[in-house]
Amino acid sequence: MSSYSIHSQSLSKSFGRRLIFKDINFNWADNGIFGILGPNGSGKSTLVKIIAGLIATSSGKISHKNSSGEIISENLHNHIGFVSPYLILYEEFSAWENLKIFAQIRGINFNEEKLLNYLQQFLLDNRKDDLVKTYSSGMKQRLKFVFALQHSPDVLIFDEPTSNLDEDGKKVVYKIIQEESKNRIVIIASNEIKDIELCNEVLSLEDFK
Amino acid sequence: MIAKPFALFKKDFHSELKTRYAINSLAMFIIVAISVILFSIGSETINENLTGGLFWVIIFFTAMSGLARAFVSEEERGTTLTLQLIASSSTVFSGKFIFNLILVFCVNILITLLYSVFFEKFVVQNLVLFIVTFILGNIGLASASTIIAAIIAKAGAKGTLYPVLSFPILLPLILTCVQLTLFSFDDVNFVEAQVELAIVVGYDIIMITVSYLLFEFIWKD
Amino acid sequence: MIWKIFLFILLTFVSIAGIAFPIVENPSKWYEFPIIPGLEENAKIIFFHVPTAWLTVIAFLMSTIFSFRYLKKKNPDDDAKAYSAAQLGMIFCILATVTGAVWAKFAWGQFWSWDPRQTSIFALLLIYGALFALRSSIETEDKRATLSAVYSLIAFVTVPFFVFIMPRIMKGLHPGSADDTNAGPIVDFQMNPSMQLIFFLSLTGFTILFFWMWRVGYKSIIYKERLTKQLLMPAQPVQGG
Repeated sequence: MSSYSIHSQSLSKSFGRRLIFKDINFNWADNGIFGILGPNGSGKSTLVKIIAGLIATSSGKISHKNSSGEIISENLHNHIGFVSPYLILYEEFSAWENLKIFAQIRGINFNEEKLLNYLQQFLLDNRKDDLVKTYSSGMKQRLKFVFALQHSPDVLIFDEPTSNLDEDGKKVVYKIIQEESKNRIVIIASNEIKDIELCNEVLSLEDFK
Repeated sequence: MIAKPFALFKKDFHSELKTRYAINSLAMFIIVAISVILFSIGSETINENLTGGLFWVIIFFTAMSGLARAFVSEEERGTTLTLQLIASSSTVFSGKFIFNLILVFCVNILITLLYSVFFEKFVVQNLVLFIVTFILGNIGLASASTIIAAIIAKAGAKGTLYPVLSFPILLPLILTCVQLTLFSFDDVNFVEAQVELAIVVGYDIIMITVSYLLFEFIWKD
Repeated sequence: MIWKIFLFILLTFVSIAGIAFPIVENPSKWYEFPIIPGLEENAKIIFFHVPTAWLTVIAFLMSTIFSFRYLKKKNPDDDAKAYSAAQLGMIFCILATVTGAVWAKFAWGQFWSWDPRQTSIFALLLIYGALFALRSSIETEDKRATLSAVYSLIAFVTVPFFVFIMPRIMKGLHPGSADDTNAGPIVDFQMNPSMQLIFFLSLTGFTILFFWMWRVGYKSIIYKERLTKQLLMPAQPVQGG
């Protein structure tokens, strides 16, 4: 079990003078599935991006800690796996090349065995050398999970994880979520009841307006 | 330390080889720009001052037509988020800076070669001074244009805004480089050119530092 | 209210004095100005041209300071202050350019001759122009504020190159520039006390005027933003998913 924790302290975000949400407090640690619930436009994607350190807060603080102390923002990206409908991988490269490039830019080992295993789980192994631009939207979505898991992050953030997926795809994703949540933090932002049912703890954004 | 930015550079380089977006348009731009000048000159010879000035004018506008790609291409394809997830902002800045730097050097070496073939008065007396000016000028050009490219990529308005934002920032660099190029035509020695060289070195250092520090604000909006 | 009246009186006095007081060869009365070699009758432009150029610099400085503060604190009010200062800076920059060009026509024979000072003020005009072009191209408020703040700071570090370095590498005609032999440091040595008094009164008056205009400017921007937010808030969909 990892000793990783995400702590949010009176977190608020506004775009210009427009408030999105305010005073969000939570303390998520070690492992489990944490859900973020809210209708369209309530700021779910904004909140997960803030948790991932991709955008700044307007006030308040979000801190990631592991056993050796607080993680500085410069290194945060190495602890986070992120899947979102807005995420687009490099379409002019094949899936395999994409993963190779990501490993190089992250400066980590390119673990072929592990990645082949993931590709197999997500039913992509026979198409791994095709250019991403030839993929269907469901296949692209499944590839994003491989991208998120590649560097064994401490936190997995899934924004609308089951969008664009067929039944088989959803099954794989749910299995992965269950499996991964045993030893790391999994955060799901979604409207789907089936997604939210998986969660141990749910944060509803409607309460923070 | 340098491995990650270099991996990012390699990614851009392979991507460029596959799409050949910047290379093709840059090469055509140079040919068009130089031939337009040659047409308008006709059979006359232009003097040294004008030759030196036009040289940097071509360099400036060529840079303006190609260097924005570094960030605009990521923003257009929607891969900015991916890049934010795999690299820290300093890695991204350094990687893109290396890419632009190498692009600027390749393009400007081509311009210099074409220029020395087609322009009679482009005769460099003090070659070392010219090379030093060329290198320092290119570094300044690449650093300023990388940060401005990041701004316009985020601003969403692409083409026309780039030269508008870059020109005032690059003006002191270009004016000084024109001066130094003219010195190298007149075989002025290093001691006499030291003030101008110090200006360019100062500009390079300040511009790289400031862009490096401010990049994070642009990148993580 | 009182200081507005004071400002009105001050600027009225400066305008009348600056234009009406005669320039004579050997000033004996308190309202007479001495002849400055190289400037002669044209010297009166000092009372109006120099303050506008001064305010251009002050406005640019204020804009940079508040841009920096915005990046540190992300308070939209700081962006409004930076923007308002830049707007005023642009106005004074145009005034300085025009008054300078008019003066140059009589002193140097032509409106524009790429003197280092002229080049510098032209570059400032370009910077302001670029800043407004950038701002108008961005819809999202906080993105607009961040990007223009970053651009202001980048522009700010290039200004010393113009102000201090251009005069060194280009030939200068402007009074007070490096190779200007006939006018020298004007303020210290060649003005008589009354001329200095009017000059500094003018500088003070214009500076107060600037800060007043600036306050009105940024307050109106802040109120306008708050009002639009209130009016549009219920109808406007929130950005992001």
